[in-house]
Amino acid sequence: MSNLARTPLYDLHLGLGAKMVPFAGYEMPVQYPAGVMKEHLHTRAKAGLFDVSHMGQVILRSASIEHVSLAFETMIPVDVLGLSEGRQRYGFFTNADGGIEDDLMFANRGDHLFVVINAACKDADIARMKANLPNDVTVEVIEDRSLLALQGPSAAVALSTLNASVAEMKFMDVATVELVGCECWISRSGYTGEDGYEISVPSEKAVALAQALLDHPDVEPIGLGARDSLRLEAGLCLYGHDIDAATSPVEGGLTWAIQKARRAGGSRDGGYPGAERIQSEMAHGAARKRVGLRPAGRAPMREGVPLYASEDTSDQIGTITSGGFGPTVGGPVAMGYLPSNLSTVGKTVYGELRGKRQPLTVAALPFTPANFKR
Amino acid sequence: MKYTEEHEWLLAEDDGIITVGITEHAATSLGDIVFVEMPEEGSTVAKGDECVVIESVKAASDVISPLDGEIVEVNSALEDDPGKINEDPTGDAWFFKIRAADLSQMDDYMDEAAYKDLIG
Repeated sequence: MSNLARTPLYDLHLGLGAKMVPFAGYEMPVQYPAGVMKEHLHTRAKAGLFDVSHMGQVILRSASIEHVSLAFETMIPVDVLGLSEGRQRYGFFTNADGGIEDDLMFANRGDHLFVVINAACKDADIARMKANLPNDVTVEVIEDRSLLALQGPSAAVALSTLNASVAEMKFMDVATVELVGCECWISRSGYTGEDGYEISVPSEKAVALAQALLDHPDVEPIGLGARDSLRLEAGLCLYGHDIDAATSPVEGGLTWAIQKARRAGGSRDGGYPGAERIQSEMAHGAARKRVGLRPAGRAPMREGVPLYASEDTSDQIGTITSGGFGPTVGGPVAMGYLPSNLSTVGKTVYGELRGKRQPLTVAALPFTPANFKR
Repeated sequence: MKYTEEHEWLLAEDDGIITVGITEHAATSLGDIVFVEMPEEGSTVAKGDECVVIESVKAASDVISPLDGEIVEVNSALEDDPGKINEDPTGDAWFFKIRAADLSQMDDYMDEAAYKDLIG
């Protein structure tokens, strides 16, 4: 794995007994000795610490926050201007065909936007921002900070032991907070469906912060394996799997992230790549939709399993894009795409697994209720 | 007990019946096992046939039959409680019993010392 990058927590992961795997150009912990199942359940019961330092952190800055916000709106179909200082939103870069180039989080931190992008897409995203934002907007790639996520019902209690002010934050609030003697940029958010925080910490203090959190009796280290099953149960998309450059936000069930101001008839209607297709689909519906799926049997149905309308029809109607065992659900769960007219909750479709058609039921997402601090 | 390179163990019982399971090493590398599909009792298998499907939280894998023969019994309790394979892979969580057509095929497999060398 010599060509792979390492995060500042690499030695800590090894010391904790992690099994390391290549992921998006990094050597990352897929699991610790507890294993995926226990790590998943621990996160839902108490709190899990995730190293997400492989993700990209970028600051967009200009003469005014309004100018940066309007410039960023030319790249994403989200209301950036209307985001208050100290708040974060989910968004996605779109392309001219209305597909999604990456999904992201961005925060209004007073005089700049702080953007967090996926590891696998970060080079392309940074290039895209540099190419598309006007010259008077600087794209500053943050290379000297690590990113940790603390997730689960005990996250607030555990992080409060380092700085009591974090307990006051609400879901999607961002704040600058001192932890382990340095300035951290914190958001109350995550990608597990649980309450929790994402913490941008100066890299030289990342181990100290991780260690301080792991010293809390409720906090255990959690690998990418459980991160995937947690986000799948929470009905959250994994870029490159559940959404991609050919998938529109309408197909992906992400129109909730396109606020009124950017929709047809809104004050800043359109004006982002692919607006024509996306607005047309918002008005008339998309031909296919992302759905939750519950396999009827115990066998997990994973990414790539083809879906059919019946046990014997030959025409494939869709595909599973994420699937596996949901430890909290206690059975297999999946997401995939189906024609919109077959995407009603309760509808039965068939997945072909090892040459046999097996029923799945279209299910509401998320599979496990979200536990955010609203 | 004999061992295969596919991390299966084989235990000779009476009457040419061999009990087959997976090793501790295999169970640990697979991770938490959440699903298992057994062959049918009475089915005839050839050495190398995929005869058990295992799904862990990570991935699907196959267990191949180490011998030619007839599956005389499967451990169907594992289908309801696949986690048992992680708990007791070399004991209660045996997979199936096969009536070997040719017991000399057992000679192809490693003893415990050789298997321990293999897994390091």
